[in-house]
Amino acid sequence: MEKGVFTITENVPVAAGVYRMVLAGDTSAVTAPGQFVDIRLPDLYLRRPISVCDAADGRLTLVYKTVGRGTERMADMGPGRELELLTGLGNGFSLDGCSGRPLLAGGGVGAAPLYLLAKRLVQRGVRPLAVLGFNGASDVFYADEFAALGADVTIATADGSRGVKGFVTDAMAGLSYSYVYACGPEPMLRAVWESSATDGQFSFEARMGCGFGACMGCTRQTVNGPRRVCKDGPVFLKGEIVWDG
Amino acid sequence: MGRLNVDLCGVGLDNPVIPASGTFGYGHEFAEYYDIDCLGAFSFKGTTKEPRFGNPQPRIAECAGGMLNAVGLQNPGVDRVIAEELPRLAKVFHKPVMANVSGFSPEEYAYVCERLDKQPQVGWLEVNISCPNVHGGGMSFGTDPEAAAQVVRAVKAVTAKPVIVKLTPNVTDVVSVALACEAAGADGLSLINTLQAMRIDLGTKKPLLANVTGGLSGPAVFPVAVRMVYQVHEAVHIPLVGVGGVSSAEDVIEMMLAGAAAVEIGAANLTDPYACRDIIRDLPAVMDRYGIQNLRDIIGGAHG
Repeated sequence: MEKGVFTITENVPVAAGVYRMVLAGDTSAVTAPGQFVDIRLPDLYLRRPISVCDAADGRLTLVYKTVGRGTERMADMGPGRELELLTGLGNGFSLDGCSGRPLLAGGGVGAAPLYLLAKRLVQRGVRPLAVLGFNGASDVFYADEFAALGADVTIATADGSRGVKGFVTDAMAGLSYSYVYACGPEPMLRAVWESSATDGQFSFEARMGCGFGACMGCTRQTVNGPRRVCKDGPVFLKGEIVWDG
Repeated sequence: MGRLNVDLCGVGLDNPVIPASGTFGYGHEFAEYYDIDCLGAFSFKGTTKEPRFGNPQPRIAECAGGMLNAVGLQNPGVDRVIAEELPRLAKVFHKPVMANVSGFSPEEYAYVCERLDKQPQVGWLEVNISCPNVHGGGMSFGTDPEAAAQVVRAVKAVTAKPVIVKLTPNVTDVVSVALACEAAGADGLSLINTLQAMRIDLGTKKPLLANVTGGLSGPAVFPVAVRMVYQVHEAVHIPLVGVGGVSSAEDVIEMMLAGAAAVEIGAANLTDPYACRDIIRDLPAVMDRYGIQNLRDIIGGAHG
């Protein structure tokens, strides 16, 4: 983890209520795809955890959805604005253990951290499948960016307005893959977890206090006992996960 | 002796800054970020007889100037704390640690304190009496002077280490509980624990926290804590640890003027992992600005 000041260089909408913010600063603490940053925002007491979409050479890209006061405040910020971030938080996805053809399953804005994962896989000579699910065509983002990396992209929309009609799991049904990486809302993660026959890694969202393992605010139960989403996660192995209810 | 040195129940501190229980784990998370030997001490995660998972999610909410938590005393239980956490802590922290203890009956408090009493790393036992008394209708020990005194007597019977009782602010008269704890043998008091609070989600129109209520902490509670420390300092003769929304070197000094011999820092650690290190670094310059030579000389300075 590092604490540092970043400067916004770009903050533009990429889909309905979804923005891409690019920041300039020291990205050296970002060591794995699937990690997140924790952003101090004016007048809000707690930082806001946002997953890293891309990080390279002092350029940090976040793709976030406006869901509350923090992200709405972020959406109003223009280039030149400085923000204080904690970077390199969370374990992130591991590229080890993935052989053959991995499938990246993204639900909504959960597709964002899968972008840096796809990039890293392609750098290793692995061409992933990317199945990205959204509510409708206006919510779709980064389909072209994933394709430009060399991923084989399938889009699913719940209302059928673009790509396969249905959920991520519907679009996954006919595909052949050897490993799953998933990020998205918990019902989507659970559906992927239940329907996929392969091993995999699943990245969870949580309401956090600190974001770096101190407060136990984001703990969830696992087969190995209580684990903090922010510090022990946000990525958990398929076999570790315990679902509520 | 340096300008920042203070004494807490006969144990010397290099400075009065103590990360508060529940905001600093068992130390090693923060030891990844800075050398935690710079701290006066720290109070580790509230520890109970049995392991506890704590409350369901969500456990955290936010408000203007602070946050609510309903973590629910998640901890691995005293046996694993002694077997795993304390040896791990010994590698990164070379000073006495404050052992924060919770329980649901006087016997449980005594069980945990008796085990921690044998640990040479433990300098003080901080007894959190905000827990519900399962044999007393679920009311918090800390809201009833006699129930609080029962816990203090049970703990004092099994330990030779200084016992600091952490008081809840959720009472009509904090002074009466403080006096009862002092009379029962407490060596010191820390105050305040979090204030009972709640938020409602406008989207679901239901309580935001799964536990419905949670404890409010952060700068919003600082003036309440200063007031209670001031009032209790007027009444008791044992040292006080001021806790509640302390976020800066200035706040540390204000809390000490109210009557605190040492100061715990809680929520600030969660919004900035370097908060305590930076406050310790800032103290000498802030003391200079206000003409303070030694911190130990200002304790209770606001009193007539």
